Amino acid sequence: MTVNDLRVYYDTPAGTVKAVDGVSFDLRPGERLGLVGESGSGKSTMALALMRMHKPPARIAGGEVLLDGVGDVMKLDDDALRRIRLDRLALVPQGAMNSLNPVMRVRDQLADGIRTHEPGDDRDALAARIRAQLARVGLDADVGGKFPHELSGGMKQRVAIAIGTSLSPSVIIADEPTSALDVVVQRQVMETLRSVQEEIGASVLIVGHDMGLMAQIADRMGVMYAGKLVELAPVHDLFTNPQHPYTRLLIESVPTLMAKRALASIPGVPPTLINVPPGCPFHPRCPSAFEPCDSEVPLPTAQNGRVVSCHLYPEEAA
Amino acid sequence: MTAFLEMTNVSKVFSAGIIRRQHTVAVDDVTMTIDEQSPSILAVAGESGSGKTTLARLLLGVIPPSSGEVIYRGQSVDDLSREQRRTYLREIQPIFQDPFESYNPFYKVDHVLTVPAKKFQLSESKQETTRLIEEALDMVGLQPAETLGRFPHQLSGGQRQRVMVARAMLLRPRLIVADEPVSMVDASLRATILESIRRMKQELGISVVYITHDLTTAYQIADNILVMYKGSVVEAGSVEQVIRDPKHPYTQLLVSSIPQPDPSVPWGAEGEIAGDPESMEVAATGCKFVDRCPAAFEPCRGQRPLLYHEHPSRAAACFQYDKSPALEGQNLDVVFEAQLTSQAVGGSVEPKAN
Repeated sequence: MTVNDLRVYYDTPAGTVKAVDGVSFDLRPGERLGLVGESGSGKSTMALALMRMHKPPARIAGGEVLLDGVGDVMKLDDDALRRIRLDRLALVPQGAMNSLNPVMRVRDQLADGIRTHEPGDDRDALAARIRAQLARVGLDADVGGKFPHELSGGMKQRVAIAIGTSLSPSVIIADEPTSALDVVVQRQVMETLRSVQEEIGASVLIVGHDMGLMAQIADRMGVMYAGKLVELAPVHDLFTNPQHPYTRLLIESVPTLMAKRALASIPGVPPTLINVPPGCPFHPRCPSAFEPCDSEVPLPTAQNGRVVSCHLYPEEAA
Repeated sequence: MTAFLEMTNVSKVFSAGIIRRQHTVAVDDVTMTIDEQSPSILAVAGESGSGKTTLARLLLGVIPPSSGEVIYRGQSVDDLSREQRRTYLREIQPIFQDPFESYNPFYKVDHVLTVPAKKFQLSESKQETTRLIEEALDMVGLQPAETLGRFPHQLSGGQRQRVMVARAMLLRPRLIVADEPVSMVDASLRATILESIRRMKQELGISVVYITHDLTTAYQIADNILVMYKGSVVEAGSVEQVIRDPKHPYTQLLVSSIPQPDPSVPWGAEGEIAGDPESMEVAATGCKFVDRCPAAFEPCRGQRPLLYHEHPSRAAACFQYDKSPALEGQNLDVVFEAQLTSQAVGGSVEPKAN
């Protein structure tokens, strides 16, 4: 999947909120791409917009999302869009507790998607598929007969993964898939997502805010700030040698168990997206800001397999 | 000398259901002291359903214990006079998780600061009140001019939570009970709030009970920690001992499950523990963790383990350590570090600098 210059704006009475403002990246086959950002950075808006599941007043203001064998998702008509969702491009939503239908049994919710996209299975074949799908995410077959309220948070999130992967999509978008779970369950659910993704060979875009989680699960990682992708790099490079000052401060602000140290925080507050500072949106908080930063928007420059949007890194080998 | 706040064998049982009545032991036999002389930060850590929030509510006097007593300055919280209860409510201040729900959206943020100031008659005059409020805001790193007069929605989550810290501080409490104060705040702003909590201890001598599911922040700001599982204390002691060298298999599981922000540190440990804690029934007898424990052996099913004092500043409720003596009266005080220093040197020691 390739995303080019995607823009998602919200029209509000107070003005236009540029939640996603010119984001470009590609999602390689089979990779896990992490996308972090603080609340209000536009990461969740983007995750939903990639599937055109954003809700008004959000609107796609420009850009394209090219999916192999499908073309530009942004240009599909409703019918074509319905056909690729779940089948090619699937969402594992944030907080599965709120995304499952409370009055439908788990197996019926699983069957719903399979039946719509791939009709023709007889009852037994469908039941077998559902059982296999539940087993794949580590759930017993009897979970199929239960209602969501009978399940724990971790089990509900597994059900969401089972639904999202039921048609072996080529791209999975996971929006904060474990943010409501305890650490032990979080690890189990993440391992499940990883094993299913590897099994079906899908690429996955994981959106979240937990740097630790991303470090453990992602192959490459992108950092969003104020609607822009400020850095994108292989996860190891990003943590050992962050280029963008925001990435560096963000990593430093994460407490670890390695050593006690003064807790670092990033001075200032994130901008409201209705009133983004001119130039680089991070410049009012940036310790390395210099002369062009408050007037010119830094463009993404590619270097050594990573992309950085910062005036500190002029077009080296762009 | 009477201690500031004591819990003696405190338990809390919640009952639900009419026909098949179910009892949930949310807090199971906790004994500890919060001392005024040696302020410290005590982290109470556990997953959802561990009873950590119930423990906080017991300390705050919001709910009464089912058995045992919460004792405030030598007197059971149940028997406080009106006047004493008023002081108790001022001296122990809560900070809650959600910095949005704590506000009435129709009032300016000033409201949460002026109302308690009036209610507890903190000052003689309006000017004095304003000065106190500005001082408290300063302490948490907020500009009074930019904060007062605004509505809650005009502040960021981090700012709202800092106003709540300022509110707690304004009342000059002796103890602050902070229930997940940073779990809804962004990473880059989390540190500021934790830092203001730490300053409360260091500069104002206020003790803090920091309730959290996040062992990393607990490690960073707390002196001592108490790890709960299904209502029971499974391990307690100084953070250095408990988090750097956990002894109880449950604490070990928690620590190894934390994803470290370093791709070269592996996630998870050998001996993967199965089971979904949220849906597990607690064994009626024996150790509550036995069905998930990789180290379980035969005594674990027979009876509940006591807290064994296997290190001067750590105790673990696990039969692997039953060669060590059990904590006397299961009282946690001896393993908590600030208390150790104060006893040794005579009560006026500055808390351990981090």
